[in-house]
Amino acid sequence: MKLVVAIVRPERANEVLEALFTADVRGVTVSRVRGHGGEIERVETYRGTTVKMELQDKLRFEIGVSDHFVEPTVRAIMDAARTGDVGDGKIFVLPVERVYRIRTGETDEKAVTPGLPVSG
Amino acid sequence: MVQQASEINAADTVWMLVASSLVLLMTPALAFFYGGLVRAKNALNTMMMSVASLGVVGLVWALVGYSLAFGAGGEAIGGLQHLGLAGVDLQAKGTIPHLLFMTYQGTFAIITAALISGAVVERMRFGPYLAFIALWVLVVYAPTAHWVWGGGWLGRLGVLDYAGGTVVHVNAAAAAFVGALALRPRRDYGRQALLPHNVPYVLLGAALLWFGWFGFNAGSALAANSAATLAFVNTFLAPAAALVAWMVIDLARTGRATAVGAATGIVVGLVAVTPAAGFVSPLGAMAIGALAAPASYFAILWRTRTSLDDALDVVAAHGVGGATGAVLTGVFAQPAWGGASGLVAGNVGQVGLQLLGLIAVALYSGLMTFGLVRLVNAVAHVRSDVRGEAIGLDITQHGEEAYTRGEGAVLVMPTATASAAFAARGDAIMPPIAEARS
Repeated sequence: MKLVVAIVRPERANEVLEALFTADVRGVTVSRVRGHGGEIERVETYRGTTVKMELQDKLRFEIGVSDHFVEPTVRAIMDAARTGDVGDGKIFVLPVERVYRIRTGETDEKAVTPGLPVSG
Repeated sequence: MVQQASEINAADTVWMLVASSLVLLMTPALAFFYGGLVRAKNALNTMMMSVASLGVVGLVWALVGYSLAFGAGGEAIGGLQHLGLAGVDLQAKGTIPHLLFMTYQGTFAIITAALISGAVVERMRFGPYLAFIALWVLVVYAPTAHWVWGGGWLGRLGVLDYAGGTVVHVNAAAAAFVGALALRPRRDYGRQALLPHNVPYVLLGAALLWFGWFGFNAGSALAANSAATLAFVNTFLAPAAALVAWMVIDLARTGRATAVGAATGIVVGLVAVTPAAGFVSPLGAMAIGALAAPASYFAILWRTRTSLDDALDVVAAHGVGGATGAVLTGVFAQPAWGGASGLVAGNVGQVGLQLLGLIAVALYSGLMTFGLVRLVNAVAHVRSDVRGEAIGLDITQHGEEAYTRGEGAVLVMPTATASAAFAARGDAIMPPIAEARS
């Protein structure tokens, strides 16, 4: 199993989600983060105070997948999040030691494989 | 001074001073109404589009627009005798000082131009917008105000427009329709949900608009008298009826009365009663409010299924609401309440006159707006680029954010001397990134 962590532009969030669902990737955690990825600094002015904004708003996607799902997941995010400008983000693929699904107690591969949709 | 005292009425002057400040407040109120409805990344830009009108249109009106609208002239446009406020002094105009009359009318021009912005938000560049509203007030607003109120042809024909249902609302909505078409839809329109970022702002804006609208409608009596009282009461009752009607439709359709809907209902009721305020009975005003609400409600539902990205529904609220109000003025106007005879008083022709008035203004406004947008676009692109639209217009147009967070903001010292002084003190002026993150 791997943990795919992707940092992307917030304005591409919908495209990324759409691409993930199209690629049959379910189970996503998203958080708002701020970071610096070499973008040109943005200068803002508030009355007499001029500031360089070093941190940009980004979204962080965390997706636990089984090994053969890594490639399609990464490709979906890459295509959907890319604008071609500096600041498009990064994708990290990390090894995962153990995964538990809390509801069933299933572990590892089973825990990251979506079951059949259950009503309710 | 002795001469004026015989003509200027103190009570009227006091009321019109108050009414002018009330109407001026409507524009910042509109800033909150519109600002709450857009996404957070465009909140400041949207609010600035209204706020800037206070300055730009205020000046253009005083220097040129007032003369074109209210200077003595022909059927189509006023004269140039009041350019640069020439001859606009403290002498009486009616029963109030001429300068006060000019100012009161100026506050109308300001909000009319600001209303248009609702159709083009989240994608129009700020500089071209300023140029557009300055030109629009001179080319569109001033002549149409002259047609109805300044001695022009529509007023002479007997078109009833008490406080500007046609001149202000239908006029702005026609411009908004053309503006939205000319600017083309936002990149995300129809692809993602574009949600209001601050609904409490929307309610605050609607409430302040209602407050200011008492000056708008009751002030249009231009005197502290019973006509002003009637307009005031109708401005209280029509939005109340529209608000109730809107909530009832909401409840009937979805089982829930929404806050954004309530705010919109109030504004639609205010818009609809504007042409009628001093001409119809209080019951007539309630009917106008209650009838305008469903018209606008279903216009909004229909609009969202089209490719017309009138982002904040200026056409549905002000166009449909204003047109409904203008036509219903022709229905409910009664001589007993200060109007000409409308349909209920047995005069069928008044409805036709009302239709003529609003079609003439809408056509002229739409055509001229198209020309003006093309003209401004030839000098500087009116549309933001794709990247700017994605980042948000607050950052790209104003270099500010509505909701800043301090982290990651590095102070740029204003002068070399100040930097040196800080350096001597041993303060880290620009902490390294790693430190800022930890």
